[in-house]
Amino acid sequence: MRAVDYDKYLRAAHVPHIWCPGCGHGIALKTMVRAVDTMGWEKNDVCMVSGIGCSGRAPGYVDFNSLHTTHGRAIAFASGIKLANNNLNVVVVTGDGDGVAIGGNHLIHAARRNLDITVLLWNNTIYGMTGGQVSPTTPLGCKATTAPFGNYEHSFNIAELVAAAGGNFIARGTVHNPIQLEKLMVQAFSKRGFSFVEVMSPCPTAFGRRNKLKSAPAMMQDLKDRSIPIAKALKMEPDDLDGKIVTGVLLDRDKQEYTDIYRNLVANLRGA
Amino acid sequence: MASMDTDAHVGPVLMTGNEAVAHAAMKAGLGFFAGYPITPSTEIAETLSAMLPRAGGVFIQMEDEIAAMSAIIGGSLAGAKTLTATSGPGFSLKQEAIGYACLTEVPCVIVNVMRGGPSTGLPTLPAQGDVMQARWGTHGDHPVVAYCPERVEEAYLLTLKCFEVAERLRTPVMLLMDEIVGHVTERVIFPVKGAFEVTSNRETTLSPEDYRPYGYDQQLPPPLVPFGKGYRYHVSGLMHDETGFPSSDTANGDRELRWLMSKVENNREMVIDVELVNMEDADIMLFAYGASARSAKGAMRLAREEGLKVGLFRPRSIWPFAYDELKAAAQGVKAIISIEMNLGQLTNEVKLAVEGQVPVVPFFKVGGEPVLPAEILETIRGV
Repeated sequence: MRAVDYDKYLRAAHVPHIWCPGCGHGIALKTMVRAVDTMGWEKNDVCMVSGIGCSGRAPGYVDFNSLHTTHGRAIAFASGIKLANNNLNVVVVTGDGDGVAIGGNHLIHAARRNLDITVLLWNNTIYGMTGGQVSPTTPLGCKATTAPFGNYEHSFNIAELVAAAGGNFIARGTVHNPIQLEKLMVQAFSKRGFSFVEVMSPCPTAFGRRNKLKSAPAMMQDLKDRSIPIAKALKMEPDDLDGKIVTGVLLDRDKQEYTDIYRNLVANLRGA
Repeated sequence: MASMDTDAHVGPVLMTGNEAVAHAAMKAGLGFFAGYPITPSTEIAETLSAMLPRAGGVFIQMEDEIAAMSAIIGGSLAGAKTLTATSGPGFSLKQEAIGYACLTEVPCVIVNVMRGGPSTGLPTLPAQGDVMQARWGTHGDHPVVAYCPERVEEAYLLTLKCFEVAERLRTPVMLLMDEIVGHVTERVIFPVKGAFEVTSNRETTLSPEDYRPYGYDQQLPPPLVPFGKGYRYHVSGLMHDETGFPSSDTANGDRELRWLMSKVENNREMVIDVELVNMEDADIMLFAYGASARSAKGAMRLAREEGLKVGLFRPRSIWPFAYDELKAAAQGVKAIISIEMNLGQLTNEVKLAVEGQVPVVPFFKVGGEPVLPAEILETIRGV
């Protein structure tokens, strides 16, 4: 791996982070910092926005313009920031509860608009910060504090949701494979338009210990065992992909970007 | 009506209150509007959807009311003067984000064109039922500044005031306009061009190392330097210290809440705005605001013709409430008639202000009919 000066990006006074031992979010954060470094973005030009939950704490640890908003609304706040200052590289860090339960409406509409922001959704399939309640991505049958007999709801395929809504770039990776994950984040950051990376991240504390994955290594092994690269998945039968994590670039297209359309409108009006 | 622009004024023109809000916001330097369609405020969004792109600003219709409120906070952090407009149900949905703007000290302006409530209520009919919601709608102790215009021209002037106070106090400021003012078309004359430059409180002389976005050692908060200017600070809805980073220190939490309240209280002269009419010799004081105050003025004229000594106390600033000003004005009056298009929300504040020394007679009208001068006159005669 390429050497990165992490001290340049981390706020020394505000680390170590609060995430539990074995949590994958530290790897997700480190990978994100590496991807920003690869991009060569000036720190002053980066704005990192989050909502509420374990993922919500991420912006506080990194030395960018950082905003920790209300539950579910990070993308709406980020939309305001991007529209008021198009020069900022706006990155939203959200989770499965924050991003597709309480905040699902903002995710699909930002994707529909194809606004030039990147959303990193750190999916640990549980409400971790509040102690392990069932989330929209908790797999069917898995236990949670509000699903003591096993989850009786179907879970979201978030990537399909964002694709249907209109996102320009959609990828999925896991913290078990940070090398791939970094590449996916760099591709997302490089993409003009709405880009989305789902990051599968283990939560041994709130999810694993209720679901026969008590240790962090067991959860990492589980991520590895269930991961299927997209190229291989395309050759498989849909039934064989049940419970699997399909990784890689899932969608890459070039719809016209929102602020570009708007800027053209303004230029035409003002020129007229 | 032909409009006539001179060096002294623009107009007269015919305009609704909603249109006046849009024009005033542009005059104040509005850079970003996010909204969601809702009766009876929609014309504000419609007007700005045409004005803002022409001026190089940004108009966006968001996916819901919460998103609109969130977006204007984000836009303000990125340096724009921002506005949203809504009505009762939307105002309810915005409350959590309004509290966020209070705690994170982000300037923005929220217009609530009040309709009948609760719930879907009476969408096309006027009310003044949201005045206590404006004060306490979001959870926790927090500062609130809110203005209430009685006519279209004042909607323009108070919108300018909303932006000015929002910038200087770094807090959300509300314009509570009843549906009557929002929709009535009136002849208005805009003030002198250039005479109402609204403050922009976004630049500091301090270096990034010395800048404290949440400093509290002055009477006014420090400027809010926009994201992207090299001052990479943190903004959080958690209790925070003067750098903006979360703090669960209880002494800091106490200090922060008291600071938020005091920055409004200590600047009451900037914020409080009341009108007194015929109070010099008044035996009876009418208390009224918004469109109800125009009916109160009509009733006052009729009562004076009958020889009854009636005056009016009209708060243009609803919050913070003008307790001291009201108490002083009520010295020597025999009774106060409190006129509201609700069931007595601000009347409780009137009673608090006069501390039981003056009887307060209620005149409340709900259901969507405006208050009529003749009805108020009946009450005056009965006092």
